[in-house]
Amino acid sequence: MEKSVVFNNRLLPYLLLVPQLIITFVFFYWPASQAVWQSFLREDAFGLHSEFVGLENYQSLFADPSYYKSMLTTVIFSSLVAALSLSIALLFATQADKNLKAAGGYKTLMIWPYAVAPAVAGVLWIFMFHPTLGTLARPLRWMNFDWNPLLNGNHAMALVVMAAVWKQISYNFLFFLAGLQSIPKSVLEAGAIDGAGPMRRFWTITFPLLSPTTFFLLVVNVVYVFFDTFGIIDAVTGGGPAGATTTMVYKVFADGRLGGDLGGSAAQSVILMVIVIALTAIQFKYVERKVQY
Amino acid sequence: MVEHRPLSDIIAYTILTLGIFIVAFPVYLALIASTHDAATVVGGNMPLTPGGHTLDNYYRAIFVGGARAIREPVGQMLMNSFISAIGIAIGKIFISILSAYAVVYFRFPFRKTAFWIIFVTLMLPVEVRIYPTYKVIADLHMLDTYAGLILPLIASATGTLLFRQFFMTIPEELLEASRIDGAGPFRFFWDTLLPLSVTTIAALFVIQFIYGWNQYLWPLLITTQDSMQTIVTGIKKMLYTTDELAEWQLAMATAILAMLPPVAVVVFMQRLFVRGLVETEK
Repeated sequence: MEKSVVFNNRLLPYLLLVPQLIITFVFFYWPASQAVWQSFLREDAFGLHSEFVGLENYQSLFADPSYYKSMLTTVIFSSLVAALSLSIALLFATQADKNLKAAGGYKTLMIWPYAVAPAVAGVLWIFMFHPTLGTLARPLRWMNFDWNPLLNGNHAMALVVMAAVWKQISYNFLFFLAGLQSIPKSVLEAGAIDGAGPMRRFWTITFPLLSPTTFFLLVVNVVYVFFDTFGIIDAVTGGGPAGATTTMVYKVFADGRLGGDLGGSAAQSVILMVIVIALTAIQFKYVERKVQY
Repeated sequence: MVEHRPLSDIIAYTILTLGIFIVAFPVYLALIASTHDAATVVGGNMPLTPGGHTLDNYYRAIFVGGARAIREPVGQMLMNSFISAIGIAIGKIFISILSAYAVVYFRFPFRKTAFWIIFVTLMLPVEVRIYPTYKVIADLHMLDTYAGLILPLIASATGTLLFRQFFMTIPEELLEASRIDGAGPFRFFWDTLLPLSVTTIAALFVIQFIYGWNQYLWPLLITTQDSMQTIVTGIKKMLYTTDELAEWQLAMATAILAMLPPVAVVVFMQRLFVRGLVETEK
C-alpha cells in the first residue's frame, strides 16, 4: 500500500532520515560488523596485538564441551519456560474468557508483572527461595527436602525457570485472551448444538483457531528466553552453580568479561545472531501469511 | 459462553484467584520484608504481616544507602533510571517519527534501501553485539554518561515500523487538502500528522519507558561508577556482598521502588500499552 500523493522535496527526506541512520550505523552496523570481524581474530591477553586466525575461534568453540553444555542448558531452559508460561497463561485466559463481566479487572490484576524488570523478578524469587531465609524454603525444609539453589544445579535451574515463567505469564495471557475473544461465539454455539461438551469444544474448535496466536507467542517467547532472561539469571544464580544455568547469551557475557576471550565471545555472538535471524525470519514469514487471511 | 453452569463459574473464579495469588505473592513478600528490621528478615522466620520499620527502611534506602553493601543511596539510582528511560523513550520517538515520515510521504532514490537498513535492526538485540558496542561507546568517551546509556538502545526499527504502519492508514485526502491550502511538508507534519499521531506516540512512549527502565545488561557494562548505575542494576549488588550479610530489608525496599514506576505506567495507561504492544509485535 503506497501513497500516491507525496511531497516532491529533494533534500528534506534525507535530512529526516539522518538522525536514525547515524544512530543505526554507529550503534548497530559498526558493532555488529566488528563482532563478525573479531570472531576471525585472536587477541593476546592485553589486547595489544591481534592476528587473523580464520575459523579457529569457531573450531575451538565447537571442540569445547562447555559450549555444548550451554547449548543444552539453553534448550532445556527455553523449552521449560515457553511450555510452562504458555500453558499456564492459556489456562488463565480461558477462565477469564468465561466471565466477560469481570475480565477487565482480572486483566489489570494479571498483566502488571510485564512491567517488572527481569532482574527485579529474579531478586524477588531468590528472596522467596533463599535456602536460609526464604519464606517458601521453610516448608521445603520441614518436608526434609534439602533445597539449596546456591549449590544444587537442578534447584538453581528450577528457580530461574519459575522466575522467568512468572514474568512471562502476563504477556502470554494478554495475547491469548485477545485471541480467545476474537473467536466467533456462533462457531462454539454450533459445536454445542452438535452435542460437544466444553472440553471437546476447546480441543476441536477453540484450540485450533487459537493456533496462530500460539505460534506467534512461541516465537516471541523463545526470543524472550534467549535475551530478556539475562537479568534473571545474573540476579538469581550468576550462571552457576558450576555453569548449570549458563545459557548461550550468558556465556557470551561471561567469556568476554571474565575470561577476556574476545575472539571466542565474538564467535559466540555471531552464532547467536544467526539463530535470532532465523527465528525472526520464521516470525515474519508467518506474520505475512497471517496478513493475507 | 454457550451454556451457563454455576460449577463452571466457580472453577473459573477459583483458577483466576489462584492466578492472581501467584502473580501477587512474590511482590507481597517483598513488601512485607521491606517493613521489618534486618534481624527479622535474615532470621528465616519472617512473619507474613507487616512490621514496624517501614519508614526507617525506605528512608535509609532512598537517602542514606546501606551500612556496608549499598554504597550509593537509591535516590540517585532512581534519578539515573528516570533520565535514561525517558531519554530512550523520547529519543526513539523523535528519530522514528521523522524517518517514518520520510519513508511514507516522500519519493526519493534509495528510499527502499534506507527502509531496509533500518528494518534489519529488528533482528538483533543489543545483547548479541554487546562487547563491540561497548568498545564503540568507550572510543566515543561515552562510558558513565547518559548518552552512553541511551543511544545504543534506541538503534532499532520498532518505532519506525509502528509509525509507518499508522501513517499508511491516514487517508490521502488529508494531504491533498493540506496541499490545496498551501501547506508545505513542515506545516503538514506539524498541523495535521502530529495531532493525529498522539495516541500512537503515547503508546510507544509507555512501551519504551518500560523497556528503558528495565534494562540490565547494558547499564551493567557501561557504568563503572556507582553514581551512574540504574536502580535495576544496583539492586543486585545489594545481594551479593563480600561479607555475606546482605541487607535484605533494604534490597526489598529497593525492589519495590524499582517496580513502582513501570508498573504504575502499565496499570494507568493499560489501554495504550496493550494497543502499542499488539501493534509493535505483530
